[in-house]
Amino acid sequence: MNNLDLSIKISGEAGQGLQTIGGLLSKAFSRKGLNVFASQALQSRIRGGHNWFQVRLADRQVLAPVDSTDILVALDKESACHLKELKQRSIVIFDSTLAAIEPPKGRKLDIPLEKTAKDAGGTKLMSSAVAVGAVLGILELDINVLFDLLRESFGAKGKEIAEANIKVAQAGYNLTYRKIPRNKLLSLNNANQEKKMLVGGSEAVALGALAAGCKLISAYPMSPSTGIMTYLASKEDEFGIVVEQSEDEIASINIALGASFAGARAMTASSGGGFALMVEGLSLSGMTETPLVIVDAQRPGPATGLPTRSAQEDLEYAIFTGHGETPRAVLAPRSIEDAFYATIKAFDLAEKYQIPVIILSDQFIADSLLTIDNLDVDNIKIERHILSNEELKNTGDYKRYQITKSGISPRALPGNPHGLVVADSDEHDEEGHITEDLDYTRPEMVKKRNRKNIGLLKEMSAPLYYGLKDARNILVGWGSTFGALKEAVDILNSENGKVGLAHFSEVWPLNNKYFNFLKKAKFVCVVENNFRGQFARLVAATTGKIIENRINKFNGLPFSAQEIVKEYKKIRKKNG
Amino acid sequence: MVDLNTFGKFETAWCPGCGNFGILDAVKDALVKMQLDPHGIVLVSGIGQAAKLPHYLFSNVFNGLHGRAIPAATGIKIANRKLVVIVTSGDGDIYGEGGNHLIHAIRRNIDITVIVHNNQVYALTKGQASPTSDLGFVTKVQPRGVIDAPVHPLSLAIALGAGFVARSFAGDKEHLSLMIQEGIKHKGFALIDVLQWCVTFNKKNNFMWYKQRASKLGPDYDPHDKIKAFEKSLEWGDKIPVGILYKNGRPPYEEARGLMKDEPLAERPINPQGIKPILKEFL
Repeated sequence: MNNLDLSIKISGEAGQGLQTIGGLLSKAFSRKGLNVFASQALQSRIRGGHNWFQVRLADRQVLAPVDSTDILVALDKESACHLKELKQRSIVIFDSTLAAIEPPKGRKLDIPLEKTAKDAGGTKLMSSAVAVGAVLGILELDINVLFDLLRESFGAKGKEIAEANIKVAQAGYNLTYRKIPRNKLLSLNNANQEKKMLVGGSEAVALGALAAGCKLISAYPMSPSTGIMTYLASKEDEFGIVVEQSEDEIASINIALGASFAGARAMTASSGGGFALMVEGLSLSGMTETPLVIVDAQRPGPATGLPTRSAQEDLEYAIFTGHGETPRAVLAPRSIEDAFYATIKAFDLAEKYQIPVIILSDQFIADSLLTIDNLDVDNIKIERHILSNEELKNTGDYKRYQITKSGISPRALPGNPHGLVVADSDEHDEEGHITEDLDYTRPEMVKKRNRKNIGLLKEMSAPLYYGLKDARNILVGWGSTFGALKEAVDILNSENGKVGLAHFSEVWPLNNKYFNFLKKAKFVCVVENNFRGQFARLVAATTGKIIENRINKFNGLPFSAQEIVKEYKKIRKKNG
Repeated sequence: MVDLNTFGKFETAWCPGCGNFGILDAVKDALVKMQLDPHGIVLVSGIGQAAKLPHYLFSNVFNGLHGRAIPAATGIKIANRKLVVIVTSGDGDIYGEGGNHLIHAIRRNIDITVIVHNNQVYALTKGQASPTSDLGFVTKVQPRGVIDAPVHPLSLAIALGAGFVARSFAGDKEHLSLMIQEGIKHKGFALIDVLQWCVTFNKKNNFMWYKQRASKLGPDYDPHDKIKAFEKSLEWGDKIPVGILYKNGRPPYEEARGLMKDEPLAERPINPQGIKPILKEFL
């Protein structure tokens, strides 16, 4: 499997089963131990339009889409737009009854999906199985892995349907198996390594929440965040977690805050517009010092924007929104795997510092799938930072907002028999009651709350460096761009580009000392999925250094490495 | 032994003669009569003069955002069903800013008791119309008088099938205390609308205005008849009915969600390694 790096793109209308086909292929590959990265480009509609699903297979973990296509499965006329992505040896599977396109001669296979399904004794609905079989036929992958998947997905009750699908998939396989001159690069007939986990971005956050002991998520459905509550809803009984679909996002955050106040680890999730509705609650979390985890799975704005596309446009908003001054942490996971650990850290920071913690992911992370060897669950330790009844008994006069050196006050839960817990959104005294003592209490409370930043800053991880050590040419990025940036650095360095990458996944508070690399660098360029260069602006505010070289993409699609390389070269050329 | 001293005495930010004092006394009276320990109670409020009530007696308190008392109380009750959760807030808070939450909390039927100090005026912001202000009510912001039809909160609650719908009068401590006790005892969402005078900003609906109109439901009134209750709830004239207008036995959220069978969420153990079995589902 050396040098394996191929991409399969399934393109067509919403409702044609792209996700089924792409999902089954991804799962078949991960079962055979191959590294898979699958991403989707979707339109905000239930039927029609033009969507695609890309499955990327590699001999190493990859975290980004790629611009070229090795196998195109074209299910509609619009798929013609992907023909330019084909390489010399690429193959096109298409159904001329659905997709009147003209792929290059010699390496195309016209497969009537519906007819094949029916001829094999199946129904129109089983066309997806034909397509999956056809792709596996080209790749010469052991088709039994697909049969197992079909049997599992239809279960004991759907045995007959599973067997019918299997026949149909076999028919698809037969139509492509060795029908095109063999190409070793495409053959996966030896693939047989240990199974890998195949995890989606929303699932990774949800798994992190379960591991962290989240007991309540209240949320209002909003693309692309909905997958988190959907997954957790399937685990309600097993994990004793409550998934509450609330009437609006304002209710979502206030329900979560109430639950957290009462002692349950709680979270909410939305995208930019829903997060905007939560902002008063974010401020309340800060004022009442009630721990809270909020996921903002970003999509392009402003307003409704592009509901099913990706962006990194909420960075400044997540950091600076909310009236008044109160600390918070913003974590921007760099991959699906990272999202799992980031979620656990978010819950820990929220409780340790009694603050809101925002997980800033995006549609690209939320809707993608990644193979993961292992999630390290054994080393997760949970600390609640909550006073026990014993401790409270010894404390005597309990004060919820006691002024302390660290700014963190002792946290007790309502219902304990020793101390009353009073939380207030008004400015309050140490006991939690309303005060307008402007001479002492107000300034001391402001200082106390903001003092938490000192400890919090030390919790933030350093950027991840990649590529040439002490490189003088540095690409800077944050969050989900990591995969594309890492590959871009590899490509540039293979051409003697002498490039390094500094990548941030914990973006607030920002520690000035993590920017020492700027001192040695000769050429620095910030790469972001937004127009304004929001991270570059934060760097300027933190370090006083203005980085003028920027690569910004804001059309709603994530970066590919090839794009970054191209743009990087352009800027270098311009700068001489 | 819980007595009046248990709940203490506090200085308040209310105007002398405010109807809130009567409500505070009735709340304390109800808690004493039910022998509820302050440590097991959470008083939840939004913003407004009414919403300051939780600060004026010993208990656990979550004084949150304007309009958002009900969702916060909902979260508290979901997380720890052992707590007695009582919302005390005003008409602006519950019927205006938080109107959407009221609707959905009734649907959800979580076991909380919501006491609405309904003085038909925004007092803390100095006298604008509230969602329950009478038609024609003149204020500095509504100089030609209110033209929006007033909310009939009890009709709304009955239409949505709320399990406990009552009204009382801030000037009748005994009756209000009884309504609060019944509301707390009720398993599910309980709404208690309280006729409350405002000495500063509502000269029209003053103490005497409410006192003359508050008319107790008789012993033959059957609060289980939804249609009759709805008709009753529309009465707003020379007589305003007070008492339990409507009751039903809908199972509360906690039962419907199966939260009763295990320990409260807040007390459930956290076991990160417990996710290991489900990781296999991703293979």
